[in-house]
Formats: sequence, C-alpha cells, structure tokens
Amino acid sequence: MSIDRVLSKLWVPALLLIVLVLLATFTRYASAYTVILVTSILMYVVLTVSWSIFSGPTGYISLASAAFFGVGIYTAALLGTKLPLPIVILIGGLASSCLAFLVGALTLRLKGTYFAIFTFGLVELIKHLLLWYEIRMTGTRGRFVIVVDNNTIYQVMLAIFVLLLLTAYLVRRSRWGLALKSIGENEQAAAHMGVNVTLVKVSTFALSAVFMGAAGAIMATRWTYIDPYIAFNYFLSFMPVLMAIFGGLGHSFGPILGAAVFAYLEEVLITRFPYYYMLLFGIILLVVIVYLPNGLMGLVQTWRTRRLERQHATA
Amino acid sequence: MLTFLNIAIAGLLLGGLYALIAMGLSLQYGVARVLNISHGEFIMLGALTTYTLYSVAGINPLLSLAIAGPAAFALGYIIHRTLFKRIAASSESPAIFESNSMLAAFGLLFIIQNLALIVWGPETRGYSYLAFPVNVGGALFGANRLVTLGFSVLIGLAFYLFLARTRMGKAIRAAAQDPETAGLMGVNINWVLALCFGFGAAMAAMAGALISMCYPVHGVMGIEYAVIAIIVVVLGGLGSIPGSFIGGFVLGLVGSIVAYFEPGLTLAAYYGIFILLLLAKPTGLMGK
Repeated sequence: MSIDRVLSKLWVPALLLIVLVLLATFTRYASAYTVILVTSILMYVVLTVSWSIFSGPTGYISLASAAFFGVGIYTAALLGTKLPLPIVILIGGLASSCLAFLVGALTLRLKGTYFAIFTFGLVELIKHLLLWYEIRMTGTRGRFVIVVDNNTIYQVMLAIFVLLLLTAYLVRRSRWGLALKSIGENEQAAAHMGVNVTLVKVSTFALSAVFMGAAGAIMATRWTYIDPYIAFNYFLSFMPVLMAIFGGLGHSFGPILGAAVFAYLEEVLITRFPYYYMLLFGIILLVVIVYLPNGLMGLVQTWRTRRLERQHATA
Repeated sequence: MLTFLNIAIAGLLLGGLYALIAMGLSLQYGVARVLNISHGEFIMLGALTTYTLYSVAGINPLLSLAIAGPAAFALGYIIHRTLFKRIAASSESPAIFESNSMLAAFGLLFIIQNLALIVWGPETRGYSYLAFPVNVGGALFGANRLVTLGFSVLIGLAFYLFLARTRMGKAIRAAAQDPETAGLMGVNINWVLALCFGFGAAMAAMAGALISMCYPVHGVMGIEYAVIAIIVVVLGGLGSIPGSFIGGFVLGLVGSIVAYFEPGLTLAAYYGIFILLLLAKPTGLMGK
C-alpha cells in the first residue's frame, strides 16, 4: 500500500523528467519539420501557462497576451542586429513586464468583463498606434528580423518553458499563490485578511508577461518579416484562454495539456483543411465550452472517479 | 465654417450607423449579459445579403431591411435558445457565464465569418444605390448616406418607443434591472433574454443593410464594427439604450474630427477614448 502511495506521488515528477530529457535531446534525432512543429507547440504552451499563472487563480480574463507577445517581437526586430540573442530575449521579457506592470496598475479597479475588454482594446490600440507611427515616421510598414537557425530557436523556447514551469510551480506552492487564489474566491475578503491585493495582482501580471515577451522575441526570429498586424494579432490573445479552458483551468497540468493537444490539432487542421480551419476552430470552441466546461483534465478526473467507484463496488 | 459643418454632418452620418449597431449590442450585453463579439458578423450577414438581393434579384436595399431584420431575429433567437441558454444553465455564477458566453461568441464569430467566406468568397463588393450628391447647407453628401441616417434614427426611435411604451418592452427593462426578481414577477425570463438577443441581431443586420448602401462590404468587415459597438456601449453606459444611441453619435463625431486631421489615427482614437473612459468613468455617460 505504501509503495503504491509513493509510486502514485512519484509518477508525475518522473514522467516530467523523462519528457524533459526527451525534449532536451530532441534536436539530435528529430527531423527538421518535427523540431519546428514542437517549437510552435512549446510557444503555445508558454503563452498558455504564463496566462494561467495570473488568470487561472484570480479569474481575471486577460486578453493582453498578444500585446506582451508583440512587445517581445518588436524588441527582437529593433535590437536583434545590435545585441546578442540572449540579451535581446531578456530585454523582450523585461519590456513586456514593464508594460504589464503599467497596465496592471491602471486597470486594478476594473472587474470582470471590463478588464477583458480593456486588455483587448489595449492590443488594438498599440497595433494602430504602431502602424500609424511606422507608416508616418519610418515610411515602411514592416521590419526584418535577424535569422536564427531552427535548433537554436527550439532550445531557447525549451529553456523559457522550463523556467516558466519552475516559476509557475513555485508561485502555486507559495503564500503568494495562496493569496492569488483567495483574490479569485473573494477579493474583498482577501483584502480584509491582510493580503495586499494590489501588489499581488500587479506583480503576478508583470511576472506572467516576462515569459510571453521572451517567447515573442525568439519567435520573431523564425518569422523573419514582421509588421504590426503580425506582431499584435488578437488571435494570440484568445488562444491561451481557449487552450487553458480546453485543458482544464483547475489543474496545474490542464493548461499544458490543453495547449499541447490544441496546438497539435491546429497544425493538423491547417495542413489538412486550410480553408475550413477557422470554421472547425469555431466549432471546437463551442463544443468545448458547452460540453467540457472543466476541460480535458475534468474529463480525466470523472473517468478516474468512475473507475475508483467501480473498484469499490466490486471490493 | 463650411469645414466645420462638413465635419459635423459627416460625424452625424457615421454616428447614426454606430448608434444603431450599439443599440443592438446594448440589448445583448446589457440585458442578456452576452458580450457578443460576433455582433459584427450579423452586420456582415445583413450587408452581404442585401448586396446579393440587390445585384442578383434587383430587390431595393430598403426593402431588404424588412427581409434581413426578421431573418437575423430568428437566427439570434434560435442561437440564444440553443447555445447561450445552455451555457447559462451550466455556469455556476454570473461572472462565469459572462466569460464563457464571451468565448462562445468568439466561436460564433469564427463559424459565421468562415461560412460567409465559403459562400461569398473573400472579395470586396459594393453596388451603387442613390449615389447622387445632395447639398446640405453648402456641403455635399451622398443621398444614400442621408437615407442611411434617416433610417438609423427611425429604427432607433421605433425601438425606443417599443421599450418605453409596450408591455413586452417593460418586461425587457425589468429583466435588464434584475432578472431574478423579474422572473418572480411572472416574466418568462428565458423568453425575454432570447428575444433581446434576437432583437440585437436584427438591428445589426439592418445596420448592415444600411452600411452596404454606402460602403464596400466583405466577409471580414464584422470585427471592426463589433469592436466599435463595444466601445459605444461602454461609452453610453452598460444597459442604457438611450446611452448607446447618444454614444454612437458622440463616437461618430470624434471619428470624423480625427479623420479630418489624421485619417490613420481614427481607430487608435476610438481605442484611446475607450481606454480613458474605462479608467475615468467605467459606468459610461448615462450609466448609474
């Protein structure tokens, strides 16, 4: 019985370790296409997990992911030729974080949907201002980004992913994570209990943006050409929300699972049905919201409880 | 002075359309609590249907108002009865319903938009109807745009009277204030919410029919109008129909002023106003 228990506690970290080792040595044996595919999947996982660090426990739906991602992209476009890659990525992350800090400090009083609309408006505002600035001041619409080979992009993305997982885990297990959760359950009560609501919310929001900005900075090198429409694409604001809900927000593995499955699905749908891809995407979105409100992890859980019940029934 | 008049009238013409679109969304968001980001797709459907009816069957665009409106009403009513009612039943709290229904509306946006792209293709289309200039106090405007303004105001007023004077309108207003109490007072709440969603869709489609008379139309035109509608609804005050109507004209004027000085910044100005408003007075112009 006790061995069972130890095993049941160990299998998750063990599995994680195996997956990480596989991912780290991936470029040695995988084909070029697979590396690119897994990089895209990792990008969505990074966006989704960083989104859920803040929005998961607090319940504030942020649609600003595309803004943070886009700031990273433009950092790479502006500084890519002047500074070494790791520093560009670091600056991308920090710049996004500064923006998130500012936005967070401004929007604290907004609740529920207002926060969602505000963050959505922010992406569009930045996009249109930038577009106007580029056309008016620089005379061009897009910019070229330095080219980095696919294996390096993959490794950087993997590094960001590992750091993010570690951060998400530490936040979740700390007093800070508990404070976030209490804000989600009842913000006023949390404030009365002595939680510095403002500080916790703004700092978490800024922290989550670091990874999105860093991911944007490295992904920009793969696209080589960018313009405001590519960099601040509102589709990327909705994908993390959808992927997190698809995987199941209540679980630590939900967002990872959701993003990985969904990103793979996206790739398959795009290559198989390029014309109907967005239509299928919409249908999946509706089906998930109506039939899977607790996501894939919720499905796994009901399945497990049912199995346990059956075991108890036979015993 | 003439420039000033020009800008003001252009703003009113634009504002009439914004007002109509926003009133529709105000019903869906203010009463039915669905932040319907797919609102613009109903506008697009109305516009493309009117275009097809005019260019294929030669049906007068103003007559199409009476076709597109009821058709969109039926579509909206059915969507609420099947989709949003289900989401409401499975959501534990109003906040969860708001976020889930917003995401579902995004799903609708993708579905409707891509179905329309399959049916109509990606081309930009337009037709010429009543496109002769009319002199308004020295400034020249297309007759079609003036007709558009007239119909926007007419539909808006008719709807306002319907809400203010009829029994059904009273039920809608009650549901907007407090759905639970309204339910206890004998209002069939699911029916009223579906009705509101249908009316919202109908107003969007009628606005789309009017838009197609003046501007080129295409399959992905919806999202921009939907975002403008959201801005106007927040500007006017959530759930306030007159607020949305006035807010539409305010935004139209702002748009035409900014477009006069710097056309590239019109949309940025809308978002700028929106963000400032959310920070300074989230309840809007007419909100309580």
